[in-house]
Amino acid sequence: MIRARVLVSGDPLSLARGAEAVKLALEAELSYCGLLDEVQVGYIAQTGRKDVLPLIVVYPDGVMYGPVRPEDAAYIVEEHLYKGRVAKHLLAPPEVLTDKLARLPGREGALYAQKRVVLRRAGTIDPLNIEEYIAEDGYFALGKALAEMTPEQVLEEVKSAKLVGRGGAGFPTALKWSFVVQQAEKERYIVCNADESEPGTFKDRLILEGDPHSVLEGMALAGYAVGAHEGWIYVRGEYGLVCERLKHAVEQAEALGVLGENIMESGFSFHVHVHAGAGAYVCGEETALLESMEGKRGIPRIRPPYPPSVGFRGKPTVVNNVETLANVAPIIRNGAAWYRTLGTERCPGTKVYAMLGDVAITGLVEVPMGTTLREIVEVYGGGMRDGKLFKCAQTGGASGSIIPATMLDVPMDFPTMMEHGGSLGSGAMLICGEGTCIVDLVYVLTRFFVEESCGKCVPCRIGSLRILETLERLRSGQGTLADVQNIETWAQDIKAMSFCGLGQAAPVPILTGLQHFREEFVAHTQGVCSAGVCPVRSVEREVAVRNIKF
Amino acid sequence: MDQGVIERVDSVSARYNNDREALVEILRDLSKEMGYISQDAFAALAEKLDLPESAVFGVASFYSMIETKPHGQHVIRFCQDAPCHVAGGREVWDALEAALGIKFGETTPDGQWTLMTTSCIGLCAVGPVMLVDEDVYGNLTPEKIPDILARYTDAGGVA
Repeated sequence: MIRARVLVSGDPLSLARGAEAVKLALEAELSYCGLLDEVQVGYIAQTGRKDVLPLIVVYPDGVMYGPVRPEDAAYIVEEHLYKGRVAKHLLAPPEVLTDKLARLPGREGALYAQKRVVLRRAGTIDPLNIEEYIAEDGYFALGKALAEMTPEQVLEEVKSAKLVGRGGAGFPTALKWSFVVQQAEKERYIVCNADESEPGTFKDRLILEGDPHSVLEGMALAGYAVGAHEGWIYVRGEYGLVCERLKHAVEQAEALGVLGENIMESGFSFHVHVHAGAGAYVCGEETALLESMEGKRGIPRIRPPYPPSVGFRGKPTVVNNVETLANVAPIIRNGAAWYRTLGTERCPGTKVYAMLGDVAITGLVEVPMGTTLREIVEVYGGGMRDGKLFKCAQTGGASGSIIPATMLDVPMDFPTMMEHGGSLGSGAMLICGEGTCIVDLVYVLTRFFVEESCGKCVPCRIGSLRILETLERLRSGQGTLADVQNIETWAQDIKAMSFCGLGQAAPVPILTGLQHFREEFVAHTQGVCSAGVCPVRSVEREVAVRNIKF
Repeated sequence: MDQGVIERVDSVSARYNNDREALVEILRDLSKEMGYISQDAFAALAEKLDLPESAVFGVASFYSMIETKPHGQHVIRFCQDAPCHVAGGREVWDALEAALGIKFGETTPDGQWTLMTTSCIGLCAVGPVMLVDEDVYGNLTPEKIPDILARYTDAGGVA
């Protein structure tokens, strides 16, 4: 019988710091003490701590030790697991909130209550063990759907829950699925877009590292609803750990018969393949992703036709984001009516945000739709770092809008943000304090797009480069008012004329930056960077030079 | 053509059943195992998959994780995206360039280091971030740079 569990943090940072050696040492020591039958050792992905990694948590006591070295294993096993005493000097120190720590309570009631749907299990179960997922209601929704519901009813439930895509565009998920259902072609695919490359976004990584089965279950449900028997997960090339965990999860699920041939004796079959990318931001665009999956350059296709009619291998294809798919099983399990009690009326459910930049605590939070940016910064972010003043936020990753302090109290969901000229995008919240220069920020963002433009269409390829060169001039104090005007014109042109979503979104931070902070661009033409960030010619020096009498 | 290269290409390609659809994955594995993909390897793979060499190279050059040129013994990939930039990335980048005496994309004369950038690697909460080969370093400051670099150059000084 298992009487205790020891969970070792298994996120990338912990692994880099030797978590595996710690786990091996613990297992060796437990084996030496003859405790392997009663103490179970496993990984957890999301611990909410970054200062004391690698750490271990001993349940049922909930005692956290960290940072733990392999040589500490003998002492912890002997004291805590053998003699039942807490090894006090190895305890993780209480969280200090003044530094850059993420505080991510795993359970409601611990610290600030978050409404967790997508991240409910992340950090509390071992992602390498399917039984833990099943113990927490895992694959219940799939079983329910296969036994009691028709595919139409599954689709109807998702529609009634008003689930919208969490990848950034906010397109109704059920509508996308129904397009596929309408196709005459019977060979159909479900593709999970896990090519999370949006700078500042790492929610999909944590969902997949911490709870991979939730996404697999969502894909199988989607497959059942639209009549697809094959699913593909396109994982970003840089996410090696995600890839490993997913492959492991698929194997376990197929071995148990909750994926694969004839799932739970229902007659429905669904196979999942994991495909790793090779490093290209544009592959997050759905048609570029499909091209890449077919072994080609990841260049966007002309649209229409859209993937629901002509997708992977030319067949009808649903392409959904990781977070979207992770919402499907909870909706089927608990019903659409339950889901609509979360979030706003127009946009039910929760959203996972990544808080970054000048906040006291950085990390992920999952809160209901309609939560304001002020709440997120004040409550979950612990306020601004070092008492800085809030200047602006960039919401939704590199292609997101720059929003000023006046928008702090807007209830954030997809439609409301759009009405206010902002975007929710991928959920990245880059909070910038008073020391941030808008011209410099826009320059860095534009540099990103210059590097990641695939080069297929001229506005995006040449236009973003011209803007970057002009911004460089402004930064160095060599710019003119005409340059500011040009940037705005070109940005509008790129937005209007680019081929795919990358190009259309790239000018958004430039245009919103100009809209709210034009005076800073103008000041740079006078050689003034009020934040003191840009290498402009110093005003004092200019005056001094001018005053020298020859 | 080097027989060893042909054999290596054949074995990686066979891993994916010589499937053209798996071209990106084949190239990635080759790049990882051989350090970079040489002209010979491209020719061998093109023949194996019955594709024009230009098409194979075109796919390879598109992706940042597929190397088509040799690089130094250790590769630094520094994140230059906005979240790391706002968190003080610029100063760290300057410190890196100064410590190595090279600029972006260059390799040190002794062949030890290559300095590159990467797009966001999803560790923004601990930015600024960089990868040294496959090791992750977060919460970087200019002061930490010499110490980190020394771990790879000093004998036995690996973290």
